[in-house]
Amino acid sequence: MQGPLIEILARQGITRRTFMKYCATLASLMALPPSAGRAMAEAMAAAGVATKRPSVIWLPFQECTGCTESITRSHSPTLESLIFDVVSLDYQETLMAAAGHQAEEALHNAMKAGGYLLIVDGSIPLGLDGAYSCIAGRSNLELLKEAASGAAAIVAMGSCAAFGGLPHAKPNPTGAVSVSDVVKDKPIVNIPGCPPIPVVITGVLAHFLTFGSLPELDKHGRPKAFYGETIHDRCYRRPFYDQGKFAKTFDDEGARNGWCLFELGCKGPVTYNACATVKWNGGTSWPVESGHGCLGCSEPDFWDAGGFYKALSTPANPLKMASAAVAAGAVAGVAVSFANRGKKRAAASAHETTTLADLEK
Amino acid sequence: MNELQFLTWVRGTGLNVAVGVFLLGVFWRLIEIYGLGRKKDLSAPRHVAGASGWHTIFRRSIPAQGMLKKSPVGYIGGFAFHIGLAIVVLLFAPHIKLIQSLTGLSWPGLPSQFIDLVAVVTLAAMVVVLADRINKPVKRFLSTFEDWFTWAVTFLPLLTGWLSVRHLLFPYSTMLALHILSVEILLIVLPFTKLFHAFTVFGSRWYNGAVNGHKGVAV
Repeated sequence: MQGPLIEILARQGITRRTFMKYCATLASLMALPPSAGRAMAEAMAAAGVATKRPSVIWLPFQECTGCTESITRSHSPTLESLIFDVVSLDYQETLMAAAGHQAEEALHNAMKAGGYLLIVDGSIPLGLDGAYSCIAGRSNLELLKEAASGAAAIVAMGSCAAFGGLPHAKPNPTGAVSVSDVVKDKPIVNIPGCPPIPVVITGVLAHFLTFGSLPELDKHGRPKAFYGETIHDRCYRRPFYDQGKFAKTFDDEGARNGWCLFELGCKGPVTYNACATVKWNGGTSWPVESGHGCLGCSEPDFWDAGGFYKALSTPANPLKMASAAVAAGAVAGVAVSFANRGKKRAAASAHETTTLADLEK
Repeated sequence: MNELQFLTWVRGTGLNVAVGVFLLGVFWRLIEIYGLGRKKDLSAPRHVAGASGWHTIFRRSIPAQGMLKKSPVGYIGGFAFHIGLAIVVLLFAPHIKLIQSLTGLSWPGLPSQFIDLVAVVTLAAMVVVLADRINKPVKRFLSTFEDWFTWAVTFLPLLTGWLSVRHLLFPYSTMLALHILSVEILLIVLPFTKLFHAFTVFGSRWYNGAVNGHKGVAV
């Protein structure tokens, strides 16, 4: 296999073999057949020679740039970031050199061409006509609708774009919604996570480049290849769960022995993500390995899931209405008692004594 | 609604509402029942050995002479599932932990394997009691919708709880959510159906015993 991408990689000290291995890894991560690895490598290498590289527009809305941080700080050497050598990232506020009118121009030029891949991170505020978040004087809602109309597909990057995320948390002051709440007529792939795993982001992009389509999705629009299994089912601490060995606090014997973090509020059993297999920072570690339970960040409404440190099996706050309920019950009981007594008194006063004369009538 | 949202709802809003309705209902019914009042009994009390409220509470817990032979399923099945329920609800370690987290009270639990066995026996006893109710013409004739319904809302928490501990049918967290949901239904239904006997059984036995004792009748 030859091509400018291979040469670029070679200059950066990455051999063709490493590149092929990377593509094969991506393919296997996504549960694609072995031949897909080669197809991916060829498609990406070919993308480098194509006259026009696939255009990508990245729009940031109500977000914290954590998703961008995640993808830029992926494995070192930044093999994943090389994928951006084969796409034309026409607009990305954090990464682009252009600013102001230049940036807007780049965006408009890319949109004019159409058929681009639109990446969105951050939620879209609907409150106050979208005034909570504006770029170049235009609301996120307006920008998204405009950009979505010419997009081939949309990637909702991170939990905010996918499900509303932190801005959507109760009481949701800005009226934040997800991309799929706004755009209904385009293929959307959700890559939730706070932030999402870099390889998941690049894997979806590679799939799109290779096959021109989005990977198979679950009911929440997430690629099944990465979100097909729970953290719990793939967790290396799972044997301790099965043995009933739990850490009770973050510094007890159980925690030091690496026992299961279920009782410390781990959301692994209900969280679908690839952290347990792919890990973070070049496969160095991941939250549970570093001793903290899963927060469930790739699930809708994880901010409002009853507390990060409460076990999934314990109630969130069941006695919230208890005193009001007891008071209301007591009032109802007393009121009904009085009504009953009234009924009794009425019956007693309506009672007529039967006399002998009555019987002889 | 995904798994996490479902579980969040049942252990959040759902449970709050269920516990609220339960407490409201229990206080309402207890105050109403005890507020009914009774007529003053002007007759002189008669004293007969064994005729008192406390005696009756105890005596009615054991079958009357000859009855065990006449209705073995009713007595044995009934005892098995009531005692089994009490053991599973009060002596299963996770339940004790729950009570501890709410009230600060705790006591030693029984081994999970033993609880598992008790749960299976209790489930079987409940099925047998139900079959008996269906098979015996008189029992079937006397049964109303409430009887079938209260049987179901008692059976479901036990079944879903056992399935979630055994990791059967659905993933644990989904089964757990269904278990909590079934308990919530039970909590809401309990104060307003015959299941309220959980609160009134000993009070009403004592009352009947005391009234009968006053008349000198040991029943």
